[in-house]
Amino acid sequence: MAYFWTIVALVVVLALCWRYLGSYMAGVFDGRVHFLRWAERPVYRLLSVDPEAEQPWTRYAGALVVFSGVAILLTYAIQRLQGSLPFNPQHLGAVTPALAWNTAVSFVSNTNWQNYAGETTMSYFTQMTALTVQQFVSAAVGILVAIALVRGFARRGSPTIGNFWVDLTRCVLYVLLPIAFVFGIVFVGEGAVQTLAGPLSIHDFLNGTTQVVARGPVGFMEAIKQLGTNGGGFFNANGAHPFEDPTGLTNFLSYALILSIPVALTYTFGKMVGNRRQGAAILATMALFFGTWLAFTSYAEHQPNPAVAAAHAVAQPQGNMVGKEVRFGPMPTTLYNVSSTQTSTGSVAGANDSLNPMGGFGMLTGMMLGEVSPGGTGSGLYTMLLFAIVTVFIGGLMVGRTPEYLGKKIQAREVKLASFGVLVMPLVVLVLTGIAVSLHAGRAGPGNAGPHAFTEILYAFTSQANNNGSAFAGLSGDTAFYNVLGGLAMLLGRFAVMIPCLALAGTLAAKKPVAESQGTFRTDTPLFVGLLAGVVLIVGGLTFFPAVSLGPIAEQLSKGFF
Amino acid sequence: MLLHLRRAVVMSALFLVLLGLAYPLAGTGISLAIFHHQAEGSVVRVDGRVVGSSLISQSWSGPEWFQGRPDGTLLTNKPGQVVVSGTQQWGPRSKALVKFVEQQAARLRREGIIPTNDLVTNSGSLVDPDISPADAYAQVAAVARANHLATGKVRALVARHVVGRQFGFLGAPYVDVLQLNVALAGTGRHR
Repeated sequence: MAYFWTIVALVVVLALCWRYLGSYMAGVFDGRVHFLRWAERPVYRLLSVDPEAEQPWTRYAGALVVFSGVAILLTYAIQRLQGSLPFNPQHLGAVTPALAWNTAVSFVSNTNWQNYAGETTMSYFTQMTALTVQQFVSAAVGILVAIALVRGFARRGSPTIGNFWVDLTRCVLYVLLPIAFVFGIVFVGEGAVQTLAGPLSIHDFLNGTTQVVARGPVGFMEAIKQLGTNGGGFFNANGAHPFEDPTGLTNFLSYALILSIPVALTYTFGKMVGNRRQGAAILATMALFFGTWLAFTSYAEHQPNPAVAAAHAVAQPQGNMVGKEVRFGPMPTTLYNVSSTQTSTGSVAGANDSLNPMGGFGMLTGMMLGEVSPGGTGSGLYTMLLFAIVTVFIGGLMVGRTPEYLGKKIQAREVKLASFGVLVMPLVVLVLTGIAVSLHAGRAGPGNAGPHAFTEILYAFTSQANNNGSAFAGLSGDTAFYNVLGGLAMLLGRFAVMIPCLALAGTLAAKKPVAESQGTFRTDTPLFVGLLAGVVLIVGGLTFFPAVSLGPIAEQLSKGFF
Repeated sequence: MLLHLRRAVVMSALFLVLLGLAYPLAGTGISLAIFHHQAEGSVVRVDGRVVGSSLISQSWSGPEWFQGRPDGTLLTNKPGQVVVSGTQQWGPRSKALVKFVEQQAARLRREGIIPTNDLVTNSGSLVDPDISPADAYAQVAAVARANHLATGKVRALVARHVVGRQFGFLGAPYVDVLQLNVALAGTGRHR
């Protein structure tokens, strides 16, 4: 019953975010909101950017790629130099080159895959200036690409799609920073640590134990980690750690923050294209997947853990508690982990590795759908719009008409770009998983045996190519093999989708809208929602079913232990 | 291209200062001012001496204490080193997990405690500071016996330490093991 009310409260909060945050973001990116103009102006002066001058898609994409390249270099350099930098109370040395590369790409691409244990690898300086900065910036870049694509639909015969530097500045100043700051305070108030004082050495005279407890500037990183659908935690255990996610309230705020921007962006989309029902149709498709996966995974985790049951020692009335925290219990943990795998977040409130086979199946397949339910900040919306273009194309083929979406004719170039964007992720996942299971270096990774070992490898590449970052953490990923290959997966999964999106934005913006006619296929109806959901499901299902049946499905059907 | 590069470098520097220094440092300042106890790690003191953090578990050995989840044996750090959280992850059909649960259950039975789910399974963080009320009540008889206390008194102590769901519906009810044991020590039966 408590779980029911938790979901009701979440729906209410998200409905408010959808309406008001969505409308606010439309105002920010249309330039109607400008109460922070005093802070924007000096930024543009330093950059020597004219805020009124817009860019064609090629320059917009160029700025994005160069900016992200600089961000990767800077994030890499800070990790390599952290031994000589301040805020390093544990005197941690330089991060190894392969790991620093993987981590740099991971945070710049909004993945936040972690092949390291934060407690003993990253200094406070690295956590703040390298990782936290990218948690803001990578989230903003994702939002920008979505907004650019939306402008492509909204504009008529326009050669430009916006100004990258202006959009980036406004996204951080108006949207991400103020929200993160407020919730940072709440996280600390609930018990998340926020200190630069270094680890706490404790000697408990009651039981004679001595322990050294890692601390750091955690609470404010938590806020942007969730809001920006980043997911990279300060600690190895991520959101399961009580210093990151101390209470039921912070747990609730975590998934509410994770879902807030991706959900609200569908309203922003509807408002900017001048038809809110279009945004509602996209949201309905997202909610359909989220609801189905949540129900399925919650049911799976309410079942007993098979290994615990095999020990014949205890009853499991609440469900599977292995790898979960008592203060949350199985159901809120599941809601958290589903929210984070269906967006590009990847933070966890309990170990994904220890979920029941069908619970793990839920996490894995949630990502395999392409992270569109509702997906990461921006990436969820732009990926779903790619699917929508493929959908109207298929719909057009059925009735023999040139397809159009939001008044723009969808022609060969648009369909090619959208198909490319949709197919990059499955291609990267399957090819790299194939390579990993064929090589000794890849097979050495999994910490478990049997089908679960295969799932760990498949999960790692699915997570990285989707820029999710959650892990079936039994995999030892800090090897040159996994660091380098994983970095490649994250780069391709991010930029090989973003660039086609921006190209689409450019060609769409240049088009003049066609008048709606009797034969126009409506894209704001339940019929369209059903078609779109079907396309997402068929693309994901056909590409991944064979791989998934070797992993979690084999594990579910097997009777043995490995 | 060169213009992009120059702007990218300036922008990165600006963000490093604003988001990497000003944001977390201002946050730290405000946190220490208004939530000093939480920001520093929710430290628990007895007679002015630090005994632990109410959010980080400890290993309580001996029948005279309430025990938490069996995470301590799985931690990989050496004594005196920083605790690394969440290092142990077993799959749901893992032989090692079956064996672990059997061992924990056997140990509990030897100590006169009927095993419960949380007391034989590891948590996600490996520093889970809490147990469920049922886990605590399962230990009441054994703890009372070892401390020569009346069972009813120990049961009442547990009841006082049950924390309900937040706002009545968020999270799950729990008992903080450190605070329960501190209260137990306060009954005067401990050194």
